[in-house]
Amino acid sequence: MSETIPSLLLKNGRLIDAAQALDGKFDIFLVDGKVSKIGIGLEVAADRTLDLEGLWVLPGAIDLHVHLREPGYEYKETILSGAQAAVAGGFTSIACMANTMPINDNAAVTRFILEQARAAPAKVLPIAAITRAMQGEVLVEMGDLVAAGAVAFSDDGKTVPDSKLLRHALEYASLFGKPLLCHCQDNALFADGVIHEGMIAAQHGLAGIPALAEEIDIARTIMLAEYLKVPVHICHLSTRGGIALVRQGKARGVRVTAEATPHHLFLSEEAVVDLACGETLDEDLKPAMLCYNTNSKMSPPLRTAADVAALRQALADGTIDAIATDHAPHEATEKAVEYDLAPFGVVGLETALALALRLVREGVLTPLQLVARMSQTPAAILGLNDRGSLATGMAADLTIVDPECEWVVDPEKFYSKARNTPFTGWRLQGRVVRTIVDGRVVFSL
Amino acid sequence: MGFRRKDLLGTRDLSADEIRTLLESAESFKEIAERPLKKVPALRGKTVVNLFFEPSTRTRTSFEIAAKRLSADAVNISASTSSVVKGESLLDTVDNLQAMAPDIIVVRHKSVGAAHLIAGHIGASVVNAGDGANEHPTQALLDLLTISAHKKLGPGLRVAIIGDIAHSRVARSNIWALTTLGITVRVCAPPTMLPRGLENIKGVEVCRRPEEALDGVDVVMMLRIQLERQDRLLFPSLRDYAAIFGLNRRRLALARPDAIVMHPGPMNRGVEITSDVADSEQAVILSQVSNGVALRMAVLFLLGGQGHE
Repeated sequence: MSETIPSLLLKNGRLIDAAQALDGKFDIFLVDGKVSKIGIGLEVAADRTLDLEGLWVLPGAIDLHVHLREPGYEYKETILSGAQAAVAGGFTSIACMANTMPINDNAAVTRFILEQARAAPAKVLPIAAITRAMQGEVLVEMGDLVAAGAVAFSDDGKTVPDSKLLRHALEYASLFGKPLLCHCQDNALFADGVIHEGMIAAQHGLAGIPALAEEIDIARTIMLAEYLKVPVHICHLSTRGGIALVRQGKARGVRVTAEATPHHLFLSEEAVVDLACGETLDEDLKPAMLCYNTNSKMSPPLRTAADVAALRQALADGTIDAIATDHAPHEATEKAVEYDLAPFGVVGLETALALALRLVREGVLTPLQLVARMSQTPAAILGLNDRGSLATGMAADLTIVDPECEWVVDPEKFYSKARNTPFTGWRLQGRVVRTIVDGRVVFSL
Repeated sequence: MGFRRKDLLGTRDLSADEIRTLLESAESFKEIAERPLKKVPALRGKTVVNLFFEPSTRTRTSFEIAAKRLSADAVNISASTSSVVKGESLLDTVDNLQAMAPDIIVVRHKSVGAAHLIAGHIGASVVNAGDGANEHPTQALLDLLTISAHKKLGPGLRVAIIGDIAHSRVARSNIWALTTLGITVRVCAPPTMLPRGLENIKGVEVCRRPEEALDGVDVVMMLRIQLERQDRLLFPSLRDYAAIFGLNRRRLALARPDAIVMHPGPMNRGVEITSDVADSEQAVILSQVSNGVALRMAVLFLLGGQGHE
């Protein structure tokens, strides 16, 4: 990039950086797309100066788990619209899953994604499939994909049922230091389930997905990583049992990391029959149908209130390393169908940070922990050394938040092409006001 | 007092008063079946659409007869003859129907919540005639009507429901309606067909064996076992199922001597119920069918005939 980036001085903000254990009022100077200096009362000649009094300045949030739908499903989302949603939600880097059409299982698709991403305001990190066509039969050409720019491997949405193949995938990926992001699910136990196998399923006759379907596969995955002494990342933990397995694995020294989504941290199976889930929704925005609203349908499903509490505890104590959205855009008519016919998934990019700020408000996380779970650790999991912190020399990827700003979730105002959020009408406090990528302001409220 | 709803989607959220209103109204419609001219003008000029996405003979016929006896115009649409097979969405299908200004739509669909989806989308009244394994409210209400001819509905009464509870909308609607009236419900199924957590519902007792469920009950409801469940590994064979869970004379003797035997139909004779029990004095299975018409007349009348516009 030959074009010069104007230097930017951000004054008087509250800088919160987990990597440096920094939380206080500092100025930060961004030059040539990198963090140049942090200090109190910095006197530097900047091309532009912004006074951020009362605002929080965070290392840009990094989402380990989004679906951008391009190529193939551009009517749901494109790389551009997804990246716009990302920066509006404070994410400066997003790792996109491989289940596009064609599937990102070869270097040509990876290169296409990166080419499209050149026009995108956020940094787009392609995740390649683990197996060809995600069929669970043959490994992708990992070396070629890494060379093309793949940051990790995942057959997300599916598991790799063949344990020997999963073993070889873990072994081979370790050659490149790239993690496998595992969507853990025993297909036979998952069967034709649509919601958590619990009280709501029992009472409403909806086919259940037992917690066991997830936990059995998490156990298998962790056991493989332990045996092979390689790292593995578990996608979207949703159950107490899954948390226990990760916790025990970590205690034994297994290199296992895990993520949780905002929806699993805020909603329980109750949302299937009452999407409001105890929240007082904005009257004008409240969905007409709160019972059997298909925006309560995702995989893994919303679990019990006890699971929600356990996820929050695990997020606080570090068993869960990262908040990831599993941003899964679907077109409106695809979700406006019978509950069992609706696709799994909800969007998350534009609500995640505000919900995480609510976890801070509720005392679940400290501001430093929030930064750790949304920036520092996701960067570490993907092995990205140039981001996840505001230390000198790091990429100037920043999220600026007004912690007091009150707003209501209105999907019509999303940058994402999709509207399938379970949080419509929620009143949130804390909002992204500016997002900076490589020293450039890419989003302003 | 009365019944003021746009739709009847389930028994789950019906109050005891609403249930009684429906049953009283149904009681008054029973007599019409005995007249030489089986017709009243209550819903003259109203259009009732039976929108059935699942095959059904008896429920659809029952609704059709109920509508016609109320002088409504009844139209039957089954999925095989509609545009659904062409890939049209449910809401598009319903929008097209709505454009023809029906007053009441009776819906049967394999998906849980389909009737709710439709009801939330259109102005016509919607009657749920079965949504997946969720609810089949008119079946439960006609069952109550049938029981009430023999027993007093209320606390002290004990009802056993035996069969594939997990996949049964009849079981769920009966559980809600019966427990709302303070009636104790015992459910019994092979563990593979018993959803986890039912025992947490107030008024519901879960029994492992039919002998336990039948002991001293006033009402026995047998559910139809569906053959396709066998393919899904939920039980080894019909023979095995019949041996352990089938209702026969010997097992029925465990219930109160004046217990009545019910079945929502269609029956698999020799599987969930033996022929001698199905044809016995204690069986009220055909009364259920007769009462179905009266109960559905009451439902259509209360939704379409008065109050709600």
